[in-house]
Amino acid sequence: MTLDITGLKVSIRGKAILGGVDLSLREGQVHGLAGESGSGKTMTGLAVLGLLPHGSQVTGSVTLGGRELLTLAPKELNEVRGGQVAMVFQDPATSLHPMLTVGRQLTEHMRHHLRIDKREARRRAVELLGKVRIPGAEEAYGRFPHQFSGGMRQRVAIAVALACSPKVLIADEPTTALDVTVQAGVLRLLRGLCDELGLAVLLVTHDLGVMSAVADEVSVMKDGLVVETGPRERVLREPAHAYTRSLLDSLPDSERGPRPGTRGDIRTEES
Amino acid sequence: MTFVLTNLVPGDPVAANLGQRALGDPAIVAQWRADHGLDRPLWQQYALHLQGLLHGDLGTSQQSHRPVSQDLAEFVPATLELAGAAILVSLVLGVAFGVIAALRRDRLSDHTLRVLSLVGISVPTFWLALLAFYVFFYRLQITPGSGRVDAALGSAPAVTGLQTVDALLAGRWDIFTSAVGHLITPALVLALYTIGLLTRFTRSAVLEVLGQDYVRAARAKGLPGRVILFRYVLRSALVPIITVAGLAFGSLLSGTVLVEAIFAWPGVGQYAYKSATTLDLPAVMGVGLVVGVVYLVINLVVDVLYGVIDPRVRLQ
Repeated sequence: MTLDITGLKVSIRGKAILGGVDLSLREGQVHGLAGESGSGKTMTGLAVLGLLPHGSQVTGSVTLGGRELLTLAPKELNEVRGGQVAMVFQDPATSLHPMLTVGRQLTEHMRHHLRIDKREARRRAVELLGKVRIPGAEEAYGRFPHQFSGGMRQRVAIAVALACSPKVLIADEPTTALDVTVQAGVLRLLRGLCDELGLAVLLVTHDLGVMSAVADEVSVMKDGLVVETGPRERVLREPAHAYTRSLLDSLPDSERGPRPGTRGDIRTEES
Repeated sequence: MTFVLTNLVPGDPVAANLGQRALGDPAIVAQWRADHGLDRPLWQQYALHLQGLLHGDLGTSQQSHRPVSQDLAEFVPATLELAGAAILVSLVLGVAFGVIAALRRDRLSDHTLRVLSLVGISVPTFWLALLAFYVFFYRLQITPGSGRVDAALGSAPAVTGLQTVDALLAGRWDIFTSAVGHLITPALVLALYTIGLLTRFTRSAVLEVLGQDYVRAARAKGLPGRVILFRYVLRSALVPIITVAGLAFGSLLSGTVLVEAIFAWPGVGQYAYKSATTLDLPAVMGVGLVVGVVYLVINLVVDVLYGVIDPRVRLQ
């Protein structure tokens, strides 16, 4: 299923945040959304699910398989949230409820969206924990978020997002809060899930290194506008826009541009 | 502690208890002192007091001439009933008002609740008690006056000492409604301060939690609003709420003294008031002990609740 964002404008208390964003996500593809802090990347992700802060005004269009999301009634929107479009947030230390078990946070929306009983939800949850490579899934089910490391927590958050088999996954800086050593593992997982489940993934990041490792398509945002979009190879190798060039130039030399075969490696490792 | 404090109070229990004529006779004064152990040195009095405590003997009240423990057994349940009702009411209303104010932030209902809670915190309990007594009982005559139950109905056999519970146990519906009727006004008056306090703390606690990432994440999961409110928001907000509630219940106990005096509620508050004014030291110490124990229990309950609510404070 494709997610199309066209002419998305957002303003908060009269202040323009997004000035007409166009993006298109296709199944089985990771779409990287890059840009510096404050460029509107996160707001774009939140707008898709109607999670913008209070006092926000939204115009434009967000369609999922041809269905307009921006004008949905709250109840219908709740069915799309988690059910068809899921989200992974930046910091797993704060995006998981500290006082509820992992199992509870995995099964609650499952039971609500899929209308399955407790036992079935539990079975699925343990399976998901295995799928995101949490060691000892059965035991992990009953534990609390603080009993996991940062990387493991983000895997749990990804499992929570995938619980209801969504078609679209919005990952908002999913590796930014993690140690560099565990970032690659989480990215590899995302890439693998995207290929395996045919997810359309919007990967929001300010890190072009992350982008070059996993994205198929890349869009670059600046001041609430998408200034450049295209296949990863082209955008990162021959940036057409001056801003993209300056972003690339600001990278340390070793990280500059996609290293040949990087993405290929990740694909083979996962599949 | 209570022993030291009560003995530090300037004032002579002899003067407070004996009449003018008796005071003039040194023999009577000496006799009275000896009867109540006041002729011994302070450390001996303390040792005797401790020894008594260990045996469950709190001494004899100089006013009622009965063992203090017996007096307390009679008055404590009445106060527990009153304070318990007030705590229940303030938890339910305070938390509910706070949640409503937070969810309807900056709207009319929020502003109204905030002003009302400020009034609840600021109005002195004794004044409110007098006002409520005057308006509802004397003027409007919609609430019964003083005491715990209509004297004409008699009372249910004492099992727990709580009139409402005993009446229900005995199946006496008439006594139950009368007891509840007598309970409502003093309990509300007593609860008003805590309601106001809890409303304000709940509001800020809920607002704080609403801004957390995990609440946004819960909304992104498509959970219905009420599930998010009860399972995600209130659960976290409860930690600061019970902290404040625990502290507030302490001050609620001191409020019982005034409320009981005005509504003629036969509880510990009134007993404490009477014993303090007559310098009935054993009785005052007994009340001090009870209040101390109640404080301890409240703090223990709050600590246990922390562990129940938040797995991170549980003992591993």
